[in-house]
Amino acid sequence: MLKIDKIRKTFNPGTVNEKSALQEVSLHLKPGDFASIIGSNGAGKSTLLNAVAGSFYVDEGSVFLNGKNITFTPEYKRSRVVGRLFQNPLRGTAPHMTIEENLALSFLRASEGSIPFSRISKKDKDFFREQLSLLEMGLEDRMKQPVGLLSGGQRQALTLLMATMVPPQLLLLDEHTAALDPGTADKVLELTQRIIKRNHTTCLMVTHNMHQALELGNRTLMMDDGKIVLDVQGEEREHMTVSDLLEKFRTGVGKELDNDRMLLSMEA
Amino acid sequence: MFYVIQTALELGFMYALVAMALFMSYRILDIADLTTDSGFVLGAAVSVTIAAAGHPFLAVLAAVLAGACAGFITAFLQTRLGVPSILAGIVTNTGLYTVNLMVMGWSSNVSLLKQETLFTMFRDTGIGGSWYKLILAAGITVLAAFFLVWFLGTRLGLSIRATGDNKDMVKASSINPIFTITVGLCVSNALTALSGAVVGQYQKSADINGGTGIVVIGLACLIIGETIFGRRSVGRNVAAAVAGSIVYRFLYAVILKTSIVPIECLKLVTAVVVALAIAAPALKEWADFQKRKIRSMQKGGR
Repeated sequence: MLKIDKIRKTFNPGTVNEKSALQEVSLHLKPGDFASIIGSNGAGKSTLLNAVAGSFYVDEGSVFLNGKNITFTPEYKRSRVVGRLFQNPLRGTAPHMTIEENLALSFLRASEGSIPFSRISKKDKDFFREQLSLLEMGLEDRMKQPVGLLSGGQRQALTLLMATMVPPQLLLLDEHTAALDPGTADKVLELTQRIIKRNHTTCLMVTHNMHQALELGNRTLMMDDGKIVLDVQGEEREHMTVSDLLEKFRTGVGKELDNDRMLLSMEA
Repeated sequence: MFYVIQTALELGFMYALVAMALFMSYRILDIADLTTDSGFVLGAAVSVTIAAAGHPFLAVLAAVLAGACAGFITAFLQTRLGVPSILAGIVTNTGLYTVNLMVMGWSSNVSLLKQETLFTMFRDTGIGGSWYKLILAAGITVLAAFFLVWFLGTRLGLSIRATGDNKDMVKASSINPIFTITVGLCVSNALTALSGAVVGQYQKSADINGGTGIVVIGLACLIIGETIFGRRSVGRNVAAAVAGSIVYRFLYAVILKTSIVPIECLKLVTAVVVALAIAAPALKEWADFQKRKIRSMQKGGR
């Protein structure tokens, strides 16, 4: 499905701010895999997602999606099959366009063979309404309102819907619930799970919540200093607790995990 | 008096195309496109020159195409070559000056004498009687307005609107912003040139300096319209651009007739009005802050 082969990325090379963000990272996701990534601050989690999404081109190595080499495919072309959610709920929707128009935008581009001059049809509208009602946020009755009027949680749920309405081959979630209040975050997370399960979407999720990392999906990855230092799945993962995970990290990397938000969330 | 109203309406409709073009570039794409001044003259020059050769209808089409090309160059400069958007417009604007002279056969103005124009052709059909100019001008503008509203509702149009609204989202939704900005600027400059083309045939002449300040006047029209109509939907916005343009031409006529403001000062007045209107949010914030400061100082004592 997704094959990342020894990719490297260095930011600001040759300057004092040089940062080797990804160092020979390799990863192979099988179809239907749902992997969560945790790691210290600046470990390269988001950078890894950005490399897959195509926000930049990697310095070395290659990225394959469904057997196709997409290493040098521009971001906007990749996004036809790669859905993506950011931490900031404002990044995924156009505030001055209505809910309906936002949905139409993501729907019309992703559905095959639609011509540039196609418009929102009655059938599309009914489909949007039905999809919106699945969010259980009452958005189906506000389709003509600009998205800027929605709350952060509603916008993130809408973004999720936009990214998955036409199921993508790969879904990238970059701490997409981190900026929401706890109740809304749970709701959005629950929606995410439901949609992923329904479509059997392959998914790569960055989180700072260790419980989430162990509970959701079928695979947990840990990153540190631009490398994947831990990859647990199957039986081993099933019996793992958060403290096991921390212990593994300590012995594996030889230092304490330093992600303030991650450690804070352990209390919860 | 009657004649004044009629002329104001005619000019209002014809110049509304510029306000619509600025709505496209400034409001939708969030780009201050300064190609407008020369783009307007380009439209007029192409239109009058070809009409002088006996093809008034073809003249308008050619003018629209020329305008789209000018928009393409501005877009190319800013999307592919990394020229800052304002500078890209200024560069194209400057270059077009020479192109415009060239189009007019290296003279600073061209006129139509006995040749047919869209207006004379329409007059000869007998529709509208003495209102024929107004009907034609309004017809063209309303048609263009419907086209613009329709276009902005298509998939391509929605993509263009999203590009100006949220760049992050656009890249993550398989829209190529280079493409959408290019198409947007082509459409906007085609509208500007259409305005020049119609005005050129209406006045039966094109002048190399005929476009000076048109971008600010267009913005003024847009802002006047938005103040009256609000900015809620695309349809309303386009209607606002047209209405604003008509209101502006009425004000112009009133000032011309009554000389409340000397007509030589009109550009300065327009510039001040536009600057104030665009500055309004910042001014309001400043005023609110000052009020709060004074209140808290009174409350807290020295």
